[in-house]
Amino acid sequence: MFRVQFHREWLSMMRSRDEVLNPLVFLFLAVTLFAMGFGGDAKVLGEFSPGIVWVLVLLANLLSLEAMFRRDFEDGSLEQMVLLADPQFLPVLAKITAQWCVTGFAMTLLAPVVALMLNMPVSALPTLMVCLLLGTPALSLVGAVGAALTVGLRRGGVLLALLVLPLYLPVLIFGVSAVVDVMAGIDTVAQIYWLAAISMLAVTAAPFAVVAAIRISVEQT
Amino acid sequence: MRLKEFWHRLGSPRWFYQMSGPWQLGFTVAAGVLLLVGIIWGVAFAPPDYQQGNSFRIMYVHVPTAILAQSVYMVLGAAGVLLLVWRMKLADMVLQTMVPFGLAMTALALFTGAVWGRPTWGTWWVFDGRTTSTLVMLFLYFGLYALRQAIPRPEAAGRACALLAIVGTINIPIIKYSVEWWTTLHQGATFKLTEAPAMPIEMWAPLLVNVIGIYCLFGANLIANLRNEILRREQATKWVRELVARPLT
Repeated sequence: MFRVQFHREWLSMMRSRDEVLNPLVFLFLAVTLFAMGFGGDAKVLGEFSPGIVWVLVLLANLLSLEAMFRRDFEDGSLEQMVLLADPQFLPVLAKITAQWCVTGFAMTLLAPVVALMLNMPVSALPTLMVCLLLGTPALSLVGAVGAALTVGLRRGGVLLALLVLPLYLPVLIFGVSAVVDVMAGIDTVAQIYWLAAISMLAVTAAPFAVVAAIRISVEQT
Repeated sequence: MRLKEFWHRLGSPRWFYQMSGPWQLGFTVAAGVLLLVGIIWGVAFAPPDYQQGNSFRIMYVHVPTAILAQSVYMVLGAAGVLLLVWRMKLADMVLQTMVPFGLAMTALALFTGAVWGRPTWGTWWVFDGRTTSTLVMLFLYFGLYALRQAIPRPEAAGRACALLAIVGTINIPIIKYSVEWWTTLHQGATFKLTEAPAMPIEMWAPLLVNVIGIYCLFGANLIANLRNEILRREQATKWVRELVARPLT
């Protein structure tokens, strides 16, 4: 079940590449804006780079959320999924995993480039990547709840940001503080465990909330 | 057995409306008396703080509103569970009408906190554990409000808000403790169930009166809002029409 759904999501995403690429391009564009905004002061930019990277990852993730359920909602396959006799936990999880692969995971792989553009020290890159790898699943999972709640609304965009961004805060805090600490030479195991714990909690709880949210969205049409 | 019966009846807006008139009166009177006594006692008669002088007196507004801001969110989360699991109509009304109240309390707590922070900490605003989590709670309240506005069908809006309230309630402790990761400037909780407060009784007694008073205010507000909402939603039913048609005695 998981594999079938994942395969389907993967195919449909590969056939609409723009939706996949846009958030990633946004990430680079915004990084460039920040670099320009700091007026080319490489040292200051490097000091602020953990926060900038994480905030931009959050925002890029947010941008990709709206499309997550939109097409399935419009062509009715979301309705079919609600009608499944089997538990819907797995298909939903597969959908979120597929979305994470092209956002959180892709951003983790791109993070070194982004971070170096912002003059982050090379020694901090492994920690940054580990943190992104462990923290971004929580972003996709929590974001999916918001996306499922707002999928039926005509103007969901800003509302989605309003609902989801406050819930992203713990990931941001631990993610940034881990990278800041490693740049200062302090041990960061605690923050990494925290990120892993938050993601684990999200994996176990969020898909249920997403299923409930999809039902509400489907029933209201 | 009687509890079960009470539970069952709570599902009926009509029963609630007929029963709750005296409750509302009781809560309103209690809130008025307690808040009046607590504020006057706290502002005029409690001894000044040996470090903060008289500026600490804003505590008598700040602490109750801050406590209530959190409590209301917990109530909303509980109402969300009641609505999603038992489809209780009253829970939906609680979820709808108490969001502005909670928003107001959170805003008041933040405002009084800023006013208190200026003389005490030397700054209007600091991003520390409690201030940030309260600010995030303000955003969560806004989210609930905005989501309700955005969904045209009331029933779907209610259930969507219920889900969001539950997700928010799970997140509040996570947000709170994650923000407290930073060394925090704000003092700890004023009242704990397990310890006596670190203040002399002349100072915390009026505060306790105020806290109880503001809970009564919450009760009065809740019941008044529920009664209005019941009449609004059930306006097509026979009993409401008869009630409205009946001359006031």
